[in-house]
Amino acid sequence: MTTKHKCARATLAFAALVIAAPAWTMESRVKIDNFTFNPPKITVKAGTTVTWTNEDDIPHTVTASNLTFKSKALDTGDGFSFKFSTPGTYTYFCSLHPHMTGSIVVEGNE
Amino acid sequence: MTDDRHEDGPSRRKVLECMTWAGTGVLWSVAGGVPSALGIIDGAMAAPASGLTFLQISDSHIGFDKAANPDARITLQEAIAHVKALRVKPSFMIHTGDISHLSKTSEFDDADRIISDARLDVHYVPGEHDFIDEEQKLYRERYGRGAKGSGWYSFDANGVHFIGLVNVVNLKAGGLGNLGDEQLEWLEDDLRGRSASTPIVVFAHIPLWAVYPAWGWGTEDSARALAYLKRFGSVTVLNGHIHQVMQKVEGNVTFHTARSTAFPQPAPGTAPSPGPMKVPSEQLQKMLGIASVTFNPGKQRLAIIDAPLKG
Repeated sequence: MTTKHKCARATLAFAALVIAAPAWTMESRVKIDNFTFNPPKITVKAGTTVTWTNEDDIPHTVTASNLTFKSKALDTGDGFSFKFSTPGTYTYFCSLHPHMTGSIVVEGNE
Repeated sequence: MTDDRHEDGPSRRKVLECMTWAGTGVLWSVAGGVPSALGIIDGAMAAPASGLTFLQISDSHIGFDKAANPDARITLQEAIAHVKALRVKPSFMIHTGDISHLSKTSEFDDADRIISDARLDVHYVPGEHDFIDEEQKLYRERYGRGAKGSGWYSFDANGVHFIGLVNVVNLKAGGLGNLGDEQLEWLEDDLRGRSASTPIVVFAHIPLWAVYPAWGWGTEDSARALAYLKRFGSVTVLNGHIHQVMQKVEGNVTFHTARSTAFPQPAPGTAPSPGPMKVPSEQLQKMLGIASVTFNPGKQRLAIIDAPLKG
């Protein structure tokens, strides 16, 4: 096989990956500011990765009420991501400031 | 420092005297939680008489470097300079938590280095910022030796019984500060058999009364702790967390919160959130400070002086 052929095969393989990409790059974002999760409730499709970013001058955490996920303390500008594969409602809070609460509703893909 | 006019008469027993000095000083008397200025005092009156005097510092947040205070180490150093300049040397200090901002070893190291310059014994309780290292062990290793659970303990000084409580761990979603069953059972046991005339000082990070639950400023199960304290004739509860002076008198219990040495926070409900309050730099030191507490034997109340870093 020539080098040219190898390149062509690699390109095809890469193209296949790109086409497949949308299935595993579904993303959603939650901002943490003024001691609130914003928006406090979001609905996403199963397989979505949710990223929280702390924009407060005070550290916060993202902690699932049932502890399925728990971030470390996020300082200003730090983020935390979690991929939601299983449908259901996930409530969470800041373990440092527990009056801060939010929820992620994960829907099936059918 | 205490005002003899308040010495007799049961109705006056519930009056907390509290002096604040600003420059030459203002003498405050607080009855039923409503402060009223009695007049300017000079430096001499601010010097405590006999009895036990101790200091409270709080919320030093070493590591904080945002707009509200670019270096919390410098303002802690100023607070400690203030302590060293006191005419009457206090017996010891209590620190009501949030020593560090992010529970980093370097932050605890800096705090210890600066605070040790006061050359006083320090009794600590943790704030939520002191428990955010991954393993939640740095605070306990450094300050919690000999303490129970996550760091509660008691000790006696000059006939006063001091109780340090922890209300910043195992917080529940949607809730407030939390003491927990194990600690409450220990407290009940610790108080059992003590004479009701023993003056009690309780200190913990988050206020033990509902200052402003919408911002999480209160403790879920504090009513149980206060029920155990009810039979005592003199109970003083010292807290931090809210970075401003607040006080309340309820029966024989006086509640008091101290200023931070790092940054001020807004009064309840006056801002969208309780986050650090940015004030013009020349005003910052007026909103930071320390508290000095004097107990005079035979008197019901402890006199509390809140001193800003600058008047």
